[in-house]
Amino acid sequence: MDIDLIANILFATLRTGTPLILIALGELVAEKAGVLNLGQEGMVLMGAVSGFIVATVTGSLTLGVFAAIAAGLLMSLLFGVLAISLVSNQVATGLALTIFGTGLSAFVGASYVGQGIEGITPWIVPVLSDIPLVGKALFAQDPLVYLSWVLFIGVYLFFKKSRGGLVVRAVGENPEAANAVGMKVTRVRYAAVLFGGAMSGLAGGYLSLAYTPLWTEGMSAGRGWIALALVVFASWKVSRVMLGAYLFGAASIMHLVLQGLGFEVSPNLLAMLPYVATILVLMILANDAAKAKLNTPLSLGQPYRPQV
Amino acid sequence: MYQIQLDSITKAYPGCVANNAVSLSVREGEIHALLGENGAGKSTLMKIIYGVVAPDAGTMIWRGQPVTVKGPNHARALGIGMVFQHFSLFETLTVLENIALSLPKSFSKDKDALKQKILDVSAKYGMLLDPDRYVHSLSIGEQQRVEIVRCLLQDVKLLILDEPTSVLTPQEVKVLFNTLQTLASEGCSILFISHKLDEVKSICTAATVLRGGVVTGAFDPRVTTVDEMAVAMVGADTPLDQHYPRATGQEVFLSLANLSCTTYDPFGVSLSNLNCQVKAGEIVGIAGVAGNGQEELLSLISGETLADDASMVCFDGHPVAKSGPGERRSLGLGFVPEERLGRGAVPDMSLADNALLTASAKGLVTNGLVDNKAVKVFAKKVVDSFNVKTASILSQAKSLSGGNLQKFIIGREILQAPKLLVCSHPTWGVDIGAAIQIRHSLIALRDQGCAVLIVSEDIDELYALCDRIGAICDGKLSPIRNTDEVSLTQLGKWMAGEMTPSNEVVETAHA
Repeated sequence: MDIDLIANILFATLRTGTPLILIALGELVAEKAGVLNLGQEGMVLMGAVSGFIVATVTGSLTLGVFAAIAAGLLMSLLFGVLAISLVSNQVATGLALTIFGTGLSAFVGASYVGQGIEGITPWIVPVLSDIPLVGKALFAQDPLVYLSWVLFIGVYLFFKKSRGGLVVRAVGENPEAANAVGMKVTRVRYAAVLFGGAMSGLAGGYLSLAYTPLWTEGMSAGRGWIALALVVFASWKVSRVMLGAYLFGAASIMHLVLQGLGFEVSPNLLAMLPYVATILVLMILANDAAKAKLNTPLSLGQPYRPQV
Repeated sequence: MYQIQLDSITKAYPGCVANNAVSLSVREGEIHALLGENGAGKSTLMKIIYGVVAPDAGTMIWRGQPVTVKGPNHARALGIGMVFQHFSLFETLTVLENIALSLPKSFSKDKDALKQKILDVSAKYGMLLDPDRYVHSLSIGEQQRVEIVRCLLQDVKLLILDEPTSVLTPQEVKVLFNTLQTLASEGCSILFISHKLDEVKSICTAATVLRGGVVTGAFDPRVTTVDEMAVAMVGADTPLDQHYPRATGQEVFLSLANLSCTTYDPFGVSLSNLNCQVKAGEIVGIAGVAGNGQEELLSLISGETLADDASMVCFDGHPVAKSGPGERRSLGLGFVPEERLGRGAVPDMSLADNALLTASAKGLVTNGLVDNKAVKVFAKKVVDSFNVKTASILSQAKSLSGGNLQKFIIGREILQAPKLLVCSHPTWGVDIGAAIQIRHSLIALRDQGCAVLIVSEDIDELYALCDRIGAICDGKLSPIRNTDEVSLTQLGKWMAGEMTPSNEVVETAHA
């Protein structure tokens, strides 16, 4: 393998990992607040289709990205009303949201299938992007990849340093006690869920406007589910989510590269590689039960009813 | 001047009136006791004051002004602090983080300054705390300190304490009382919820008694006798007699010989060289502040943890330290763990099924099949003979109140006619009526010749029940002496870890 190929693999790995990072960061925040939203897949698809339509109609990619975020927000607001305010079962509501989003996105996007647009172009940093091996991967990406790094650092610092992060963790661990010390449990949970929705919408926009600038039905291809699994296997640790997402990205690329190089292995087996590799690595990392307990949001999936 | 006045507070839940026209006034600098059994409505009343629950009717006057407390933040802004009985702490956060969360933002900005404040306050009141430890690694007693320090960091004018002394050593109680008296002399009012009348008498200057949601008496505890207050609390029909004659044991049934065990749990306590014997027909009590090795000791006796050497634990001469719980039960062990839901009983299973869990070897299973009729008969017998208040034996364990479930669990063990009953915190969180009943049955069991070991933090109870007493501290056991020869001061020293090194020799010499 020459240096160019490796540089390209790195470049593609980061691109492939980006939507997973966005979705998983959003879901991590929601879960830290004790809300399990299984509607990621639906929110991503709605984000993708809304972003694509708005960008096509207005000709503005920026508006497209904002439309994607707005679509994710609206979907998560719907989830919030049902699962937080009306205290419905979170698992069932989330699953319904995925089915709803999958169907609705296919419906509104039907006439846009097969159209292409000029996708988001990379911001190439002069000089730095010429660094051999890593230059292309780190300094010739599109703006949403850079944004995902900013968001990663933001979420990381939020939980590491800020009072807000403590509040979210407290609400996710013990909502009754959080209420007793005066936190607005419902408000915190709404904020966390809406953040998750915005992130999923953004991930959808990334898929349909940057990664592969087109719209097809079900184009998220299960990324919402993978991101959900990532959060759990990453033991709700922000840095591990990032690691897992890129691992998954790398393994996905490797399976294409290996096929390209003519490896005599069934392509179906190779296609399993990303899933197996990611889960194995994260499982090994999550092996310390005592430490894992510190990160698990104890009230995850449990509805909270305010006392009256 | 009155700090707080409640007038005709009423709060009803479906199926029960928790507070019925309750009126209560606390003066500035007063230590006011709120007495009542479990379910008398004390907790609801406190939650109303603290703004967690809104009353259906009634008014609250705070320092001369009528107020409606909108929530705990509002209550704290007014100057009301509360130490909950079930701590409102977050286990996965550190002490510092827990405290920062309940303080206004201006406090928590500078973490180092806050840490220093915590250290200062905890040192001032003798409540040592390490701000960087995770709360789940703290003992119950230590967790309570976090709650108290959290309140003291703010400018409190009314401090509400929900049964604060039940987890403390006598020395710690003394320190707490000194703290409370200092606070009161500074003008802070204290609302002290308890059912320990001696304590109330020793520090409170006013008392209000609740029974069934209604005020049944208001006393000056410095004048009123303990008996009068007790009658107001439990009604005239409950016998209050709690003086039991001491007994001397016969043959040794349980013996721990140089029991040591290294724990791999970073938050656990390793046991070193424990020696102790419990004889048939006596009750031995082990006092100690939670988190000093009690859990480890109990699970080594129950068989949940196995020791390295089988002879470290012997039942009636049989080495059992390497046998599992089932085998030990068949040798006559009965075990009542501290946690009722989860270890003592499965919350979602019926009482009948829960009875089957530990009594299966007592003829409830024939040829590998469960004899449902026998199970029901047995469960019914437990419910009837221990006066367990439940809708039916098919009710889920979690639907019972703490006291009733504890009666059920103890009854289930006692009716299996154990030769050794190991009991952790037999009356923790249980109201007086049920506690008295539980104590009576433990004494009765002893008189039938059973060896009984009680591990508890409730010193009064240990003194009332035990024939011999000792204490555990940091994984080491004090000598076990006749209760009447152990002064409260001596026991407190043991609980704090001041043990003479010759203990083991003394203990084996007795045997």
